[in-house]
Amino acid sequence: MSTLSRMPVATADRVKPRRLPGVDGVWVAIGADSVIFAILFMSFMQARLKDPAVFEASRQTLNMHLGGVDTLILLTSSWSVALAVQAMKRDQIDREPRLLLGGAVTGLMFMVSKSIEYFQKFAEGITPATNDFFMWYFTLTGIHLLHVVFGTSLLTYLWIRSLRGTYDHLHRAVPESVASYWHLVDLLWVVLFPLLYLMKAV
Amino acid sequence: MSVLRERVTWVWLALVVLTCVTTWGLSKDLISPTVAVVGTFLIAAVKVRYVILDFMELRDAPIPVRMAAEAWPVVVAAMILGFWFATGA
Repeated sequence: MSTLSRMPVATADRVKPRRLPGVDGVWVAIGADSVIFAILFMSFMQARLKDPAVFEASRQTLNMHLGGVDTLILLTSSWSVALAVQAMKRDQIDREPRLLLGGAVTGLMFMVSKSIEYFQKFAEGITPATNDFFMWYFTLTGIHLLHVVFGTSLLTYLWIRSLRGTYDHLHRAVPESVASYWHLVDLLWVVLFPLLYLMKAV
Repeated sequence: MSVLRERVTWVWLALVVLTCVTTWGLSKDLISPTVAVVGTFLIAAVKVRYVILDFMELRDAPIPVRMAAEAWPVVVAAMILGFWFATGA
């Protein structure tokens, strides 16, 4: 009897159940988005193949420092949201609002930074019609920025809900889904930034 | 919960350091384009992998999902570097 009663406990300790955070549907969307962006990255490289000199000259006009700071902003945003999910798992409800607010505010900071960058380009007379590089630059960063706007809105919603103590270890499917989407927005920028700003010509 | 005891904090710190290395280190003129671009995209692939495993929490995802997720940065970095070398040739 004693051996039998110990067995399930030992098994539970040894085998950590494999799971996807949040709801399964969000992972279908994340997978589809990842494939779409991979195709966009490839299309950008194909366009660059045809006219590397224009792409290199145009790349050099971008503000690399602003792009680097944007990356640090999004990484910090992801970190804050990841900490919020950890707080939910441990029922540390009082910690959740400021961590979710941190995610939303840094998302807003990214939007402000991108707006400054766009206005600088427009002031210099640079538009998507300038050349192929800038068509791709505005398209790729524009689609990504829409993701940031959507994600920041969702994080703001989570922040407001978290003020009422809505989320804990039993009620975290929605925030985990939003967090997973937000980390996707982060990782897409991790590739997009070097692709547009840092890729020197041979 | 001390923030310093969280694995995601150390991952975030590593990601910040790697970002600084590529943005303000490898981009310098004295680094050859090949070293800079290969280094930058290998680092980007490593960064994406840790965002996937630790921020997205796919370390304990079902095996097919984890394999697909881990393949993404490898395929994307290989594709970008393949085109980059083809453009220079």
